Amino acid sequence: MLMAATRWGGGEEERPFLPRAFSVLRAPAAGDELHFLLDDVGPGTNRLCELQAGAQLSLVGPLGIGFAPPPAARRPLLVGGGVGIAPLAIWQDQLRLEATVVLGFRDAEHAAGAGLLSGTGGVRIATDDGSLGHHGLVTDLLVSELEADDRAEVYACGPPLMLEAVRALCAEREVAAQLALESGMACGFGACFGCVVATRDGYIRLCVDGPVVSAARLDSAAVPGAPH
Amino acid sequence: MAVDFCGLELEHPIVNGSGTFDAIAARRVFGDELLARFPFSAFVSKTVTLAPRQGNPPPRLWELPAGLMNSIGLPNKGLAGYLAHDLPELAGLPVPLIVNVMGFSRDEVAELVEAFSVREEVAALELNVSCPNVETGLVMGADPDEVARLLRAVVGLTDKPLIVKLTPNASEVPAVAAAAQAEGASAVSLINTLKGMALDPGSGEPWLGGQTGGVSGPAVRAIALAQVYAVSEAVSIPVIAMGGVQRGRHAQAFLKAGATLVAVGTESFRDPLAGSRVAAELAALNSNTRNPVRGAAIRPGDVWSNDQRHSAKARRADKRPCKR
Repeated sequence: MLMAATRWGGGEEERPFLPRAFSVLRAPAAGDELHFLLDDVGPGTNRLCELQAGAQLSLVGPLGIGFAPPPAARRPLLVGGGVGIAPLAIWQDQLRLEATVVLGFRDAEHAAGAGLLSGTGGVRIATDDGSLGHHGLVTDLLVSELEADDRAEVYACGPPLMLEAVRALCAEREVAAQLALESGMACGFGACFGCVVATRDGYIRLCVDGPVVSAARLDSAAVPGAPH
Repeated sequence: MAVDFCGLELEHPIVNGSGTFDAIAARRVFGDELLARFPFSAFVSKTVTLAPRQGNPPPRLWELPAGLMNSIGLPNKGLAGYLAHDLPELAGLPVPLIVNVMGFSRDEVAELVEAFSVREEVAALELNVSCPNVETGLVMGADPDEVARLLRAVVGLTDKPLIVKLTPNASEVPAVAAAAQAEGASAVSLINTLKGMALDPGSGEPWLGGQTGGVSGPAVRAIALAQVYAVSEAVSIPVIAMGGVQRGRHAQAFLKAGATLVAVGTESFRDPLAGSRVAAELAALNSNTRNPVRGAAIRPGDVWSNDQRHSAKARRADKRPCKR
């Protein structure tokens, strides 16, 4: 009896089964490339990170509702955490406006992606361990920006607890915020009703009625059951 | 590949499982091209209940090594909302509409059946009997007598074909199917999802908001095949088979087991056009005597066609025409 130790029949190793939802990081003008930012954290991203040049992919998209431009009187303020910076990068490409950018990462090593964005007066960075930029949370930087000038439209994407902190801060200061949320998805086109998030008007499907949701619609942005 | 199902002329034998494709949302996402390339030969709508339901709290999904477990909880707009908002849109689909309904008592099911029986947009009705009857506490579809009582209450209320969607979470599924046929069901469909559970790896508490969920996908295909085969022997009315269909050869197996139609469900989550692909693969299998996947010869008797399927099924049970 002989078998390979991994990828042999069923079992945990045989996940992933479902496709995974990602933000497009960049869609260069030439139109023949799409860029994605992946963190190898689970079976789906693990398998995608194994792909070699020339490998085939199945892609359905673009899907869902993205960020909307700010009203004229407000400056865009981009708040990103970890791989959550991806939708902010393509939004900055599309927006073509000067923006303030604050980003948070675990440490300097995980902050390489910060170079994908450019902010008015540079990109401000926070790291959990202080190895780069501000030693603390990205929301500290958000607070200092809002204290300097709160005529802002906040665009945020990152881990659930960061988004919830951003939502609470903006609610307290009556600053408009658009949050790009994440939840476990099976289909991405409204078929399965699996990705719902509670809003003040009831559950919405994040794939077709999101993933960008106005913070004003939410009592909490700490969405349970993000992809495992 | 045209199929007659209870008097409905369908272009091919591939439909969708209820609750696995939202044609309205899909049209919004993919545009009218979806109508030109509609993946199914009939559209089975998500379950409609009398009152609106918001569904189960999230998380609602858990990925499995070969499938998916869900606890969606049948969110829907309720009968009035469905008639006002969904039915006009679904009537614009290029294929017949089958409406799936569920009630928490026989009276509720009767009200739903009556409401849809007068709507000409609706080609057929499917009864979801995988829920408890609040009056008896019994899962309607788990018990032959309970199913018989339900059908006696509703079968005279409509001239439209009445399909009973069987639950696999029953001790004797063929007996339930036979009871449905005896009381006038036009067809049966199976399998619904199998009950399962996952625990949060951190807390050890049930992961899904609904505690337990329904398992679907390739993990359940062999179970579905066994139940479809057994039910096809037990009844003479048409059978709609589903459970883990990903390829044409899977659909072919269900047809050989006695089904008239085959539904694609979870695979549509991985590929929105899975229904068209399965139908095309099935057609290719039927037009070639060689299996295009493996290149191995198939015995001529194995090749599915309308006539052969009917004769294969007729060998196992006396056929009778379905009610229309």
